[in-house]
Amino acid sequence: MNQTFAAENQAMKKSQEEILKLQQEANAKAITRRRVEKGTLVVLNIMMAVFILLPLLYAVSIAFMPSSELFTTEINLLPKHPTLENFSQALVKVPLARFVINSFLVAGCITIGQIISCSLAAFSFSFLDFKGKDVIFMLVMATMMIPGEATIISNYLTVSKLGWLDSYHVLIIPYLTSATGIFLFRQFYMTFPISLYESAKIDGCTNLRFIFTILIPLTKSGIGAMAVYTFINAWNMYMWPLLVTGSNELRTVQIGIGMLDSVDSQSITLMIAGVVMIIIPSISIFIIGQKQLIRGMFSGAVKG
Amino acid sequence: MKTSGFHDLEKKLGPYTYVLPAMAVFAVFLFYPFFKTIYLSLFKTNKMGEAKLFYGLGNYRDLLTSQSFYNSIFVTLIFVLIVVAGSMLLGLTAAVLCNRSFPGIRIFSTAYALPMAIASSSAAMIFKIMLHPSIGIVNKLLGLNINWISDPRYALVCVALLTAWLNSGINFLYFSAGLSNIDESIYERASVDGASGFQQFWSLTLPGLSPIMFYTLVVNIIQAFQAFGQVKVLTQGGPGESTNLIVYSIYRDAFFNYRFGSAAAQSVLLFAMIMVLTLIMFRIEKKGVSYQ
Repeated sequence: MNQTFAAENQAMKKSQEEILKLQQEANAKAITRRRVEKGTLVVLNIMMAVFILLPLLYAVSIAFMPSSELFTTEINLLPKHPTLENFSQALVKVPLARFVINSFLVAGCITIGQIISCSLAAFSFSFLDFKGKDVIFMLVMATMMIPGEATIISNYLTVSKLGWLDSYHVLIIPYLTSATGIFLFRQFYMTFPISLYESAKIDGCTNLRFIFTILIPLTKSGIGAMAVYTFINAWNMYMWPLLVTGSNELRTVQIGIGMLDSVDSQSITLMIAGVVMIIIPSISIFIIGQKQLIRGMFSGAVKG
Repeated sequence: MKTSGFHDLEKKLGPYTYVLPAMAVFAVFLFYPFFKTIYLSLFKTNKMGEAKLFYGLGNYRDLLTSQSFYNSIFVTLIFVLIVVAGSMLLGLTAAVLCNRSFPGIRIFSTAYALPMAIASSSAAMIFKIMLHPSIGIVNKLLGLNINWISDPRYALVCVALLTAWLNSGINFLYFSAGLSNIDESIYERASVDGASGFQQFWSLTLPGLSPIMFYTLVVNIIQAFQAFGQVKVLTQGGPGESTNLIVYSIYRDAFFNYRFGSAAAQSVLLFAMIMVLTLIMFRIEKKGVSYQ
């Protein structure tokens, strides 16, 4: 009796062990499978990222290449004797520093101006009541349908008649507001209860103080998103500065860099070094502000 | 009494003053030029762009009978088709690859979104060297000897692929947002049922993306219609007129041929096309919200 019991017990133990072993094996299999899956995913991602970044990596590589190395029939992915010559030459051949300052100035003013004008308008649309509010808001939304390229000729004729050509304000003023910005900020403000505004009013807070000390600090993420987006777009602006500026003193980076394009064929490496230098600011701002940009871009859509 | 009168006035006019800065800019640089463009499109103009001779719908009639305009529309449509297909494919592939977490995902998602930070003109200069017939990396890697930019067969495709690359960044963000809205558990159930990765993508991922897919499609089409910088830098509309996209054609008519009336008429037609597309987009956006 006792013996059979012990034998049974042993058998049970054995089968339990077997089950445990099987389980462990299955687990190990699942783990390796997951590892293989993750590994493949990483490899695929590396391939895709290299593909997407290829133009930029190639540009950086050429920027460091002596121009003699570029003109071979061999495959020359990396510079054999990397040099900073191209960067310093590019800075000497055209007033690149000046262009960069111009672009920072123009893009900075546009960004700040848009944030202010859009905050003010969005405040009025969300907290105040006035006659024709809906009509005016519809007008703002309607501007989204007018592509800048369709009005650019008339705008050019207007500013040339005003004698504004070749100035900073001609680059800045037409871009001092944006329908997207007003819409985005309004979307944020609508999530605040109206009592927030009413109680501030009772405490004797003026509208402007309400905007600058309460609304703007509360909508930092929206403003961040808008600032990154606006700055990059202004930095990358091409058609308008091409039409309205002519002198070196007022060229922005995107137009100015074209001057390196036509000098001579030996200057390809210079040109690319210049391009790399002017891409760095917009890429840096994008990387720094990426998180906010994404959050701001999609928070409106989710809450709307 | 006086102060309360002032208060009333402030209360009545106040709201308008906050809207004023934005509306003033819109009025001068959007509404006014918009109507002026329509007005100019009905006139023959002098070299200064002043309306001189009323021409009625003459500019439009001239456009609709001109080979060059039809070419420009045709080229633009093909361009838009390639750009939209290419940039959506790139964005979608990148978004699917970044959908499940793995070490280093943040670096990769930054890389995929990065093209959106790059100017069309800068990108065009880089592509100009990449596509250079003798020293360009493209010919070297593919072992070809094609003059990509000065061959009318390839120039348009090159400009379009460059634009697709530029637009792929924002598409990646749109599609990533769309993918994160899809419930993860449906994938688990599907893989228990033995569905392959491709089947899952086809019957779960794509339908789940459809609300944002349409939105992205329309935004992409609108953006592609407005391409300019890359044409100006890379091809100047040539060779021949093979890359004479609509915005470049407007630019050329106005600032090389000084035919502001004809350029204005083309602008009006461009506006009409964009307006229809934007209205479609607003419709879809509303639908997308109610869908969630």
